[in-house]
Amino acid sequence: MQVILNSKAEIVEKEMNVVDFLLLKGLNLETVIVEYNEKIIKKDAWLSVMLQNNDRLEVLKFVGGG
Amino acid sequence: MDDNLIIGGKSLSSRLFIGTGKYSTDAMIPEMITKSGSQVITVALRRVDFNATTGNVMDHIPPDMQLLPNTSGARTAEEAIRIARLAQASGCGNWIKIEVISDNKYLLPDGYETIKATEVLAAEGFVVLPYISPDLMVAKKLVQVGAAAVMPLGAPIGTNRGLKTKELLKILIEEIGVPIIVDAGIGKPSDACEAMEMGAAACLLNTAIASANHPGLMAEAFGMAVVAGRKAYLAGLGGSFQYAKASSPLTGFLNE
Repeated sequence: MQVILNSKAEIVEKEMNVVDFLLLKGLNLETVIVEYNEKIIKKDAWLSVMLQNNDRLEVLKFVGGG
Repeated sequence: MDDNLIIGGKSLSSRLFIGTGKYSTDAMIPEMITKSGSQVITVALRRVDFNATTGNVMDHIPPDMQLLPNTSGARTAEEAIRIARLAQASGCGNWIKIEVISDNKYLLPDGYETIKATEVLAAEGFVVLPYISPDLMVAKKLVQVGAAAVMPLGAPIGTNRGLKTKELLKILIEEIGVPIIVDAGIGKPSDACEAMEMGAAACLLNTAIASANHPGLMAEAFGMAVVAGRKAYLAGLGGSFQYAKASSPLTGFLNE
């Protein structure tokens, strides 16, 4: 299946939840904020969200700004 | 004398808010916090770049700082609301600097969209600090819809040009019942001091410190300038006059 990650298509080889996917992408889970199909999902729900074909994920983090 | 600034129920002894942008490394941020004495710090929210191994700005911000995420990048109220909700979901609190900008040349904020975003987010319980051009009617409407403070610009973002909007800032300070925080354009400690002398509740700045040759020293200078300006405001400035008024007695001269 594929998911749309920050507007780019990504092939996902097997079933996995959001946490597995983020770890696969090399992310530090402590630092990121996730929007799943335009809905914010809180960290404690990431494990229970299984990725589906054509899901849209926005992964964000805080950066320096004024 | 307790002269703390109260915003969103939080009591702040420092009236200088600082940003975290434009530093050559985020590792400089703790020194800026210490030297400036600031208790409120802004951050921005951006997509993760999967091709870059960048650090995490949050690693450099002590947990006792009040985070003020901004909605930079938003061009509409809807986008600002979305960013605010995402920031809140990170668990960093409920303060938000509303910044809605679609003018790329001067980065001037969109008052109408800012009011719409403020209304929605204030109703959701956010402590909303909107960034605006110093327009009295926009500021009044922001207060009506629940803004915790109003943050008018002194000059366009990042220009270091100072209080180009001084006359309008004075009107906002006089007429608006929530704290007025001068945000953007402040270039020199004397600009920040002047804003505080005029009765601004606080100043928010980023570029002026980050672009200094010695940012830590500049952070310290701004911290002192804001304190000095605030004390001068509380003391009450003496009047200014066209003609001289002798400070020494005009009697008892030697040749009398």
